Amino acid sequence: MFAVIRDLARYNVEFAAGTLLVGIIVIFALASFFAPAPPHLIYVVPPDMPPSTTYWFGTNSRGQDLFWQLSFAFRNTLSFGLMVAVISRIISITVGLLAGYVGGWMDRVLMFFNDIFVSLPVFPILILFYFVLRSNLDMFTLALIMGCLGWPFDARLIRSVALGLRHREFTRHAVFSGMSARKIMFEEHLPYVMPIVFATAIANMIWSIGLEVTLAVLGFTNINVPTVGTTLYWANNHSAMVVGVWWWILIPVVLIVILFIGLFLLTVALNEYIDPRSRLRRIGGA
Amino acid sequence: MRDYLTFVLKRLVQLAAVVFAGISAAFFITHMSPISPVEMIVGRVAAQASFSPQALQDLREALTELFAADLPLHIKYLNFWARFVVGDLGPSLIAFPTPAMQLVMRALPWTVGLLAVAIVMSWTIGNLLGGLAGYYQNNRFLKAFGVVAMGIQPIPYYIVAFLLVLIFGYFWPVLPISGGFAMNVRPGFTMEYILSILHHSILPAASLVIVGLGISFLGMRALVSNIVTEDYVTYAELAGVKSERVVFFYVIRNAAVPQLTGLAMALGGIFSGTIITEQVFGYPGLGTLLVTAVNGGDTTLVLAVSSMAVVAVASAIFVIDLLHPLLDPRVRVK
Repeated sequence: MFAVIRDLARYNVEFAAGTLLVGIIVIFALASFFAPAPPHLIYVVPPDMPPSTTYWFGTNSRGQDLFWQLSFAFRNTLSFGLMVAVISRIISITVGLLAGYVGGWMDRVLMFFNDIFVSLPVFPILILFYFVLRSNLDMFTLALIMGCLGWPFDARLIRSVALGLRHREFTRHAVFSGMSARKIMFEEHLPYVMPIVFATAIANMIWSIGLEVTLAVLGFTNINVPTVGTTLYWANNHSAMVVGVWWWILIPVVLIVILFIGLFLLTVALNEYIDPRSRLRRIGGA
Repeated sequence: MRDYLTFVLKRLVQLAAVVFAGISAAFFITHMSPISPVEMIVGRVAAQASFSPQALQDLREALTELFAADLPLHIKYLNFWARFVVGDLGPSLIAFPTPAMQLVMRALPWTVGLLAVAIVMSWTIGNLLGGLAGYYQNNRFLKAFGVVAMGIQPIPYYIVAFLLVLIFGYFWPVLPISGGFAMNVRPGFTMEYILSILHHSILPAASLVIVGLGISFLGMRALVSNIVTEDYVTYAELAGVKSERVVFFYVIRNAAVPQLTGLAMALGGIFSGTIITEQVFGYPGLGTLLVTAVNGGDTTLVLAVSSMAVVAVASAIFVIDLLHPLLDPRVRVK
């Protein structure tokens, strides 16, 4: 595990850059534990102050220090992304390994559902949930819903690897020595798909955080929980651009772009690691 | 040919399943809503003037009959399908009594037009450049383009659209940032109207193209950089086939097939992007309609828009899948 990370950091510029960018955001998010005021309080500092040495990121029209506000926002956004990633990983690993190992009718049925989920437009469905739940749509419910929608691509990937593993010698050995199907799937096959699971988990976080930002900007989530999306929602709500409070919009946008690029570089690096041909090309000749 | 027909038939079954599942989900989710359309209209009417309680009660009964609000859920569900087939989902709330389907049909061409242009443009340009970047790996311009694409591709549509509004509406106001056509132009088959539509669609289309371009560029580059190591490419190069011919007819031609499948799978996501893009630019399409309907608490219209979205996305994927055998002779022969 550590050898892998060391190799990646040494030979892969994308991995190093990605880790750095994501690391900055994670540290920034962790800073929220030392915040001087809880995020839901308003008018704790003078409103509309531009970035200065006292208020690094300025203050917004609601009288909140943007540095701490955004720190909370990134903590919530990151944990939201992680929640969705974990929930959808559980589903995609189970479906992928089952379809790949058991095969036959199980494979056909699961992939039939998989194809249905791939073709469903996710965003209108999320809006429907908001339409019904309104402000009851808290972060965990939203994460649960998105986790249940975000698994099909990755399940198909995992299935394709599991299909190949089924005919390998060690699987046959395991079957003949009386291992149960569940044990074979989760103890023998799971380690082989773990790199894919990690790479797709990060890609999944990009997807879910992007959707959360989009939903929140429209005001379609619980707008009182600080996330990157709700920060932008309040900025638009107070017409920050017209009033001239540009830092209220620019700083969250820049930070979220940093996070997205960092996460994306990590997926690229991991995908290259999974593909031995491109790994060899990088380490060996060029 | 017969194999192609079985393929089409299988895909048709799948299309039907997707449409059925999607619309059923939309129906049941919207009917969990606590908002009653009847009470909503009664409340709106009662707020404007004072009426006798008897008149309000009569109105309530008439509306209950109109919306069939007192039936049990499974009967509503069956009725819904019966009416969906003939394309009548009942009156909308926010524009009462205009039928919801009429509003949807008014918005649909805008979304389809915007999406079609954006997808065709980003897919073709992205794949061509991506193919060239994968083949000529030392070209400086293409390398730089790759870095830019990597930076832009993961950014959500909303942020890109928002940045475009800031740049072209605030710092350098040269392009219209809102609406489908200019206010002073009369809709009709005139040159002025068409030009106005094109003018207003530049920014929304650009925001979709910018993100889509990156996706197909990176996918194609990854595919091609694997294909160039294949024996047949080396052989063609050694045999003296011109390199342009190798790129376009040997390499990109082969990589285009999985890219088409990729497009079909990404279509749902692109559609989600359109909703938010339309909202940012105030474009009169399905996305704007959906957001307006949600904010107005209009169950019928929300259901109509999301059903139409499911049908539209599923059929577009279906059409792309049907093109697959035409592009890939191996599928055709088998």
